[in-house]
Amino acid sequence: MYRYDIHDQTLVDERVAQFRDQMDRYRAGRLGEEEFRPLRLQNGLYIQKHAPMLRIAIPYGMLAGKQLRALADITRRYDRGYGHFTTRQNLQLNWPALEDVPDILADLAKVQMHAIQTSGNCIRNTTSDQFAGIAGDEVEDPRPWCELIRQWSTLHPEFAYLPRKFKIAVSGAAQDRAAIQVHDIGLRLWHNADGEVRIKVLAGGGLGRTPMIGDVVREDLPWQHLLTYLEACVRVYNQFGRRDNKFKARIKILVKALGIEEFRRRVDEEWAHLKDGPQTLNQAAVDAAKIHFPEPARRPVTDSAIAEFERLRGENRSLARFVTNNVTDHKVSGYKAVTLSLKRREHAPGDVTADQMEAVADLADRYSFGEVRVTHEQNLVLSDVPVDELEALWKELDALGMANPTVGTLNDIICCPGGDYCGLANAVSIPIAQALQERFEDLDFLYDLGPLDLNISGCMNACGHHHVGHIGILGVDKKGEEYYQISIGGNSTDDASLGKILGPSFFREDVPDVVDKVLQVYVAERHEDERFLDTYRRIGLKPFKERVYAQQ
Amino acid sequence: MPSNDTQTDAVELTPVHVDHLIADGELAAENAWCVSYDTETLPEQRPAFVPLALWQANQDDVELAPLLSSDTELTTELGQQLSGTNAIAVDFPAFTDGRGYTLARLLRERYGYTGEIRAVGDVLVDQLDYMRRCGFTAMALRDDQHPDDAIRALNMFSVRYQTDVEQRQALFERRLLASE
Repeated sequence: MYRYDIHDQTLVDERVAQFRDQMDRYRAGRLGEEEFRPLRLQNGLYIQKHAPMLRIAIPYGMLAGKQLRALADITRRYDRGYGHFTTRQNLQLNWPALEDVPDILADLAKVQMHAIQTSGNCIRNTTSDQFAGIAGDEVEDPRPWCELIRQWSTLHPEFAYLPRKFKIAVSGAAQDRAAIQVHDIGLRLWHNADGEVRIKVLAGGGLGRTPMIGDVVREDLPWQHLLTYLEACVRVYNQFGRRDNKFKARIKILVKALGIEEFRRRVDEEWAHLKDGPQTLNQAAVDAAKIHFPEPARRPVTDSAIAEFERLRGENRSLARFVTNNVTDHKVSGYKAVTLSLKRREHAPGDVTADQMEAVADLADRYSFGEVRVTHEQNLVLSDVPVDELEALWKELDALGMANPTVGTLNDIICCPGGDYCGLANAVSIPIAQALQERFEDLDFLYDLGPLDLNISGCMNACGHHHVGHIGILGVDKKGEEYYQISIGGNSTDDASLGKILGPSFFREDVPDVVDKVLQVYVAERHEDERFLDTYRRIGLKPFKERVYAQQ
Repeated sequence: MPSNDTQTDAVELTPVHVDHLIADGELAAENAWCVSYDTETLPEQRPAFVPLALWQANQDDVELAPLLSSDTELTTELGQQLSGTNAIAVDFPAFTDGRGYTLARLLRERYGYTGEIRAVGDVLVDQLDYMRRCGFTAMALRDDQHPDDAIRALNMFSVRYQTDVEQRQALFERRLLASE
């Protein structure tokens, strides 16, 4: 975990004082609604449908147990005792009182947290791979690099009023788990033949109204230039991004309008002036960042303990199911990463109660070196669990309702808050997720379907990432009525693709039937061991369309 | 190049004086300069910031200085030409238009400009610290802004992570130097 020093702490404390001053001026009428808006947004504060909403930053998804306990306490004192983890690895509170927000930020600052730049037209919370530092396929741990980006982007004086929001994701593994191709800037860390870190830089990806896959700006940026190159990219965007139409203001529109060659030329021209300048990284700076992410003091797990775990797994069907879906291999033998499902019919995907937060913090202390990660799929991860403690952990999770053995299945739905909470939404999304989870809860069927990303957004802003769901559902508004558009074939990982719309949209109550028909086509058409996505890619949209729109 | 049409709404043809000018971190006692957005005719009031093309056509007049619109493309040629003046105004047609920050940084850091850079237009209290860090030495507050709030807002932060026009070492570098 990154630990604040006096500088980080002072900055966050000063930020709290600044926002308190801004809030006082707003409430006294000295700061107008319109002028206050970007200020509150850059402190995570929205005015929402029913109440304000506060979005708390969880940089690259890393949380200490102590922080999670503080979050639980905050949700109890200032909200309704629960929070909502988002696809940006943030935590949202849905019911805080406006006047309490400075106090909430002050409480967050006590545990080295904040809500800086979680919204607004600025550089947002940098996201990363939830298995950073422990994945077997990792080339370079992205966390120290994310932290350097966090510091560079926090209160950057030049980039607080960009044309639109700006999102950066970083991956350092062979497999991309950070969806870097659908970010404004995606960074892939890799090693060249000499073992030196190089950075592949993508720009212009993104979802929303005009979804696009990012283009490669540079394949092999030497790590020393990470910050100066990012500065060049954002500076070009700040100068030339469209400001006349907010729907065309994202960097993806600029990259497309210029073409990637011209965009690259402009970035390089800008970078020529910044390269080797004062923000050039050196080894000492990177080492100083890396010190914060040490290997934990893992006790050795014996071969016989591993064998015993395998025996248990073979005997206990429920445990086996959990291990198959929610437990991920670890770079260290005898250790596993465990994903805690925040997907249950009883609540919105990503929701977690204060009691659960405290319990997870406790489990993290006992089983996983006191750390928790937030995933962009809206789940939590304990990253360092010895296999001989896995069964005990699983039993405790089960008692908390967090052991749903459905991670990566159709049931593990990514879903935005939708029309129940969000002022932007055209339609509800949580009830759709719940209806689907109810319809498809048979574990054998879910496992038979294999890995399947089902993503739901309540409007075209695509917070639920519907474009990159293998099955995507988008709520649309037609003359005041809610309808749902289904797309197929999206994917956010290495071979990223955008889903294709099946056809005319559906009534809310028909969505489970439509998804069922889509699945029937897959089950009928698939080759042995073929994923849903691969079957779709092989047979195309037509068979799905024919089945779904067939006259009864 | 995508078009940027936000400029056109904010054009004011009458030369503008502001009541509250923050200069070098304090409320300025005097503010002689006016700002004229008229691209055709020189204002009678002097000294005056006038649109770039008008200034370029009247460079001998020492009572004129250039007013840069936020969409000004700062080419090398223009950067060098601007070094001949002792004051430059950068317009903020809307406080949400962040291009002026980049313009100021480029003037300072790329073209070595050392004269006054003044923020004019939709200039709000809560932007001033960022403006100063990007190289503005004077900010003409929008009429409804309170100068006391402005001075307080300018002095809220003692820590900055990034390099800027004032702080030429990033915090990571200063930390390393302190630990040596």
